[in-house]
Parts: sequence; C-alpha cells; structure tokens
Amino acid sequence: MFPFCFEWVWDIGHYLFFGGMWYAIIIISAGLGYCLYNTIKES
Amino acid sequence: MDSALIQKGVKRCSLPNFILGLSPVILLLLWGVYAMFLCWFKGLNQTNMNDYYGFALWIWADLAVIALGGGAFFTGFLKYITGQDEIKNIINYAVVIGFICYSSALLILAIDVGQPLRSWFIFWHANVHSMLTEVAFCLSLYFSVLAIEFLPLVLENRKINDIPFFHNLAHNMHKSMAVFAATGVFLSCFHQGSLGGVSGVLYGRPFGFREGLLIWPWTFFLYTWSAAAYGPCFTILLTKTLEKITKKKLVKDNVIELLAKISGWMIFTYIIAKTIDTIYWAKVTLPKLGFDWMFFYSNNDFYGLWILIFEILFGGFLPAFILMSAKRRKNKNLLLVAIILAVLGISVNRWVMVLQTMAAPVLSFDSWVLYIPSWQEVATTLLPVAYGIILIALAYRYLPVFPQEKELNSIKEEA
Repeated sequence: MFPFCFEWVWDIGHYLFFGGMWYAIIIISAGLGYCLYNTIKES
Repeated sequence: MDSALIQKGVKRCSLPNFILGLSPVILLLLWGVYAMFLCWFKGLNQTNMNDYYGFALWIWADLAVIALGGGAFFTGFLKYITGQDEIKNIINYAVVIGFICYSSALLILAIDVGQPLRSWFIFWHANVHSMLTEVAFCLSLYFSVLAIEFLPLVLENRKINDIPFFHNLAHNMHKSMAVFAATGVFLSCFHQGSLGGVSGVLYGRPFGFREGLLIWPWTFFLYTWSAAAYGPCFTILLTKTLEKITKKKLVKDNVIELLAKISGWMIFTYIIAKTIDTIYWAKVTLPKLGFDWMFFYSNNDFYGLWILIFEILFGGFLPAFILMSAKRRKNKNLLLVAIILAVLGISVNRWVMVLQTMAAPVLSFDSWVLYIPSWQEVATTLLPVAYGIILIALAYRYLPVFPQEKELNSIKEEA
C-alpha cells in the first residue's frame, strides 16, 4: 500500500494498482473536503 | 409518534403498524445474524464449502447483488455524464439500492473471508497480480462513493435538514455530486470487470476460461456491460414492488420507460456479445483445450442445456425484445415480465460463472460435484435481503427518496 511496506516493489503492477487506488482516494477526499470547506464557510 | 421525522405532504402508516409489518423481516435478520456469528466463532466448517467449492453460494450472492446494484452507477452515469435529467426522479432510490447491494456484498465477504479483523491485509499486503485485489480496492472505494451519494438524502430528513450546517452540507454535496458519480462509474467499470475476469483467467477451469484482449478476458467486458444493462431492471423491479406495497405511484411512467428503454437496448447489445462469446468459446476455445462444449451440459443431474437457453434466450433476448419496443414496454404486465426475466437472467449468469465453473470435472478421475448449501449459508445469504428490506422501509418512511411522490399522490387525492 505504501512504499515503506516491506513487499513494495517499484514495478508496473504496483504503479497501476496503487496509482488507480490513490487516484480514486484523492478525488473522493478532495471532493468531500471541498464540500465540507464550503459548508463551514457558509455556516 | 415519529410524525416530526416524516416529510410534510406525504402519508405514512402509524409507527406500530410499521414495526409490525417489518417484524417477520426482523426475525429473518436475527436468524441471519445468528448464523453469521456461528460462522465467525466456529469457522467455515459451518458451511458446505469444500476443496471443489471454494467459491459457493456466498460468492454467487456477492456477484449477483453487485450486478443488480449496477443500477446505481449506471443511473449516475446517465444523469451526471450523459445529462438525462429525467433520471433525477429515480436516482435517489437507485443509490439506496446500490448502497444496500454493496454493503451486503461487503458483509457477505466479511463472513466469507473467515477472519474479518484481517480485512485490511488486502490493502496493506496487496497481491498486485490478482483480479480479486482490484475487486477489493474498487468495491470498498465504490462503497464509500455510494455512502457519499446516500448521505445528502439522509441529511434531507425533515429534522436533520433544520440544522443549517447539515442543510448546507447536503446542498454542497448535491452540487459536487457529478464528481462522485464519475468516480463511481470509473470504479464500477473496473470492479465489475475484474469480477468477470476472475473466472475468465482460470485456465484450469475450461467452463469459465475465456480468451481476451491483453490481460483482460472477454468476461471482464461482458460483466461490466451486463451490470450496466441489467442493474436498471432491478431498480425498476424494486420501484414497482414498493409501489405495490405502498399502493402509491412513486415515479412517473415516462421515467420508468426511459430507463427501461435504455436498459432494453443495453441488454440487446450485451446478449449479442454474450452469444458470440459463447459460440467462440464452444467452437474455438474449448476444442483447443481438448473439450467438447456439450460435455459441460451433460452427464449430471442439474446443469443441462436448459440453463444456457434460459440465460441467453429467456434472460436476455426476450426481455430485450420487450423493453426495446415502446408499445411493449408501455404494457405494465409485459414490462413486469421483462424486468423479472432480466433479473433472473443476470442472476443465472452469475450462478453458472461461479458454481457451474466449480462443478464441472476437469481431471480424468473427477466427476460432477454438485453442491447444496448449509442452512448457515442460506441464512447468511438471506441476511442481506432482510437488511435491505428494512433499510428501504426506513428510507422510504423518513427520507425524500421519491421527488415525484407528493405531486403524483396529491393529484390522486384531489381527484
């Protein structure tokens, strides 16, 4: 999951799997963060 | 008693009646919970799974609910990406159904893995060569997307919405929903596909094995396509069921017909691809592996040609034929027949790809191994059904799930 996990290898499998996973996590978190930020600003 | 929580302008039954009506379902839920704890505390010896059936009833239920829950991502795609605005009148319900289906899938997996406390190993010690790792990633992330899509609906409850912070949060989440919906589509395409990929890459199981494109067997694409095609039929079926139970019209006919039409064309294109895939598998893939295709439909007590005919003809071409025609889908009985057949068709597809794949002998000394689930497996498979009914009942009672309900039913009352 992270480069400091002992099984981590810098290969195409890890790039694709974890690239996709972190891409989705970042979009979801950023979207949620944006909503919360606007809500706190408005409230 | 709970009238302060119920939306204004809609009628709901009294709380005692509501609880009384749900009591058989609560009993079913408790039975499932008991079986679940048996599986967790005593282990998988509570099931009838064995060396032949490592994937059994639970995995079929998992694949089936994930396919049926595909209505959530596909209606999200139709509403937010292709701009079909009418879908907004059914999308809340599609999200509730999707949320139930995916939480059920995760619950079943939590029982199936046997050690749910170690679920985080999937992420921390990921096997990047496994289709199931991709499924685990996308499934859990898409479930979080569905929770985000469901949250604004919960926040729109009459009492919660009175609090300015929650009111504003629901409003802001609605404004950003396209981003979440698009992420959901991205995640869904991959995990639906990878679930298909699991059987497709099993070169030691010729019934499920398929050739394909690069690392993806054809089943990868067929699963994604079929979930998008059949998922909306399940959404329509549950809408019609709720309308029957509540004796109310909840969604206008034009919305149902639009979804049915899109679903019909999707099923039609899917079933043509599935037919070509089956013919190619029977005439090219299997002979190369040393098998005759009829071998997989004979010499056993259950899996005959009937299952293939049912899946493709009655669960594919027939519902597509009904749903594609405006005249036929406007006929309420034919519409109902089509969506029931479609739901059965996709469930049979997932059944054969999980269980027939396991049942078929692959070694010369093997014979067909049929499987009957234990009562614990049945109870834990019915557990999500009970949970789903309860969640739908609660959502319908306390949340504004159907935007057209007030309009449709006030018209009736005035008349």
